[in-house]
Amino acid sequence: MAVIIYTETENGSFKKVAFEIASYGKALADQVGQKLVAVTFNQEDGSALGTYGVDEVVNITGAFTSSFSAKKYAAALAQIASEKEASLVVVSSSANSKYLAPLLAVKLAAAYTSNVIALPESTEPLTLKRTCYTSKALSIVSSNQPINIIGLSSNAFGIIETQSSPSQSSVAVEEATSSMQVSSVEKVTGVITIADADVVVSGGRGLKGPENWYLIEDLAATLGAATACSKPVSDMGWRPHSEHVGQTGKPVASNLYIAIGVSGAIQHLAGINSSKVKVVINIDPEAPFFKAADYGIVGDAFEVLPKLIEKLKAFKAA
Amino acid sequence: MKILVCISNVPDTTSKINFVDSNTKFDTQGVQFIINPNDEFGLTRAVWFQQKQQAEVTVLTVGDASCEPTLRKCLAIGADKAIRVDADPTDGYFVAKQIAAVCEKESYDLIIAGRESIDHNGAMVPGLVAGMLDYEYITNCISLEIENDQATAAREIDGGKEIVSSGFPLVIGAQKGLVEESDLIIPNMRGIMQARKKFLEVMAATDAVASSTVVSFDKPAPKGEVKLIDADDIDTLIDLLHNEAKVI
Repeated sequence: MAVIIYTETENGSFKKVAFEIASYGKALADQVGQKLVAVTFNQEDGSALGTYGVDEVVNITGAFTSSFSAKKYAAALAQIASEKEASLVVVSSSANSKYLAPLLAVKLAAAYTSNVIALPESTEPLTLKRTCYTSKALSIVSSNQPINIIGLSSNAFGIIETQSSPSQSSVAVEEATSSMQVSSVEKVTGVITIADADVVVSGGRGLKGPENWYLIEDLAATLGAATACSKPVSDMGWRPHSEHVGQTGKPVASNLYIAIGVSGAIQHLAGINSSKVKVVINIDPEAPFFKAADYGIVGDAFEVLPKLIEKLKAFKAA
Repeated sequence: MKILVCISNVPDTTSKINFVDSNTKFDTQGVQFIINPNDEFGLTRAVWFQQKQQAEVTVLTVGDASCEPTLRKCLAIGADKAIRVDADPTDGYFVAKQIAAVCEKESYDLIIAGRESIDHNGAMVPGLVAGMLDYEYITNCISLEIENDQATAAREIDGGKEIVSSGFPLVIGAQKGLVEESDLIIPNMRGIMQARKKFLEVMAATDAVASSTVVSFDKPAPKGEVKLIDADDIDTLIDLLHNEAKVI
């Protein structure tokens, strides 16, 4: 018996979310008195997971592991979980984890619970707290299945260091067949994605045009943040759709969310509700965002932002 | 090309979220129900395939008779026929079982479901259906073209997109981008009149047990008042973010 975690990597390094999953997995493994086994793909060196309490790292090898395939990865994870007689599997809320989790659930005849925000309230039966109604409500869900997949919300548990010396092994698994082929990947490089970011800086119509986005980018660069935008901004083509956050865009669950010139329509707030601390800068004191925010400045973005960037640079340098 | 679009009947975004029966049930009092937005993007693309590539579009929902106005709206938007599986949609697994059972009888080439519903946010129904039927599956789909029995789709990934091609049968997890908001079809009077005459089949549910049960709902603790900081006092904001919120 073991708790299995799917720890995601990119270009040979673990993604930050992998360490949060490991931290959660460690606490869960302690709760049920089992060891913690991390599964990686095409990642020779898994030693970094030893900072987060992982007991064993199983690296899946084979030609197919060089690029993500939900079907093939799910089949491989299912094989390892079955071999280890795992009843608990933890995955993240990344696009790829959410893609493979339901496929894995079918393979393992497991119940999959997404958007989980805490350790189980009980393990017999497994009872989990999750967000629903686009973060406007919470629910307590109890599983009817002996095997469970927990999808942890980003930034819900945090990263906790626990030193361990994981054993490492490589396993070749049978490749699942699929008629699907990835023909190209377009990915921005060198910037932090919304999914990975601790801080997200978001701009709305109040910025008046794409030519003013350097202010958002400067602020984001100063904070090491990802950039995002409201729906009207992506609809008008000022920014790409992949930056649109809100109910029909990307969900945000960052530690800090700074909204500039975003009015705070209910659909926008629904998508960013899971962020811990919200700051709004808007010239209109009646903007609904002020009701949802923790800190607010009523002011002109074009006056406030340059000052904020300058002061933050000084603060970071100090 | 036979397309099945799976529809979730969800409370309108602006609805007040409240619970009744000791916080075990959603309070439907005074709530307007709509087509789940992610499903509607998928339906709109399906209707495009119907109009341009002679596809046949069936919509399906799992629920009681109160879901029928939502199905009629799908018919008014352009779907050819509708199926309602008469059962309480207890959880994502149960719903996926119902969809898979219908697909085994009817064999659709393309199954489209929203990437997630805006009420339960399970984000699992299309993936479970694909897994149960062993069909190919692409979620977070932001474009879809069909040519010569081959689908070409774009999947939104963290920080970009991936272009994939796949054969059929195929399950798609739909979202905005598959069509734009401006492409959504507002039913006209002719569509609404025609929808009344279109076939809405009520099917008995297949035997399945939900994989999970909601014990109770709760609402997040109410948020405190916003702390307003003077636009000339940026130092105070930085101080609060550093010392009070501890986020920078």
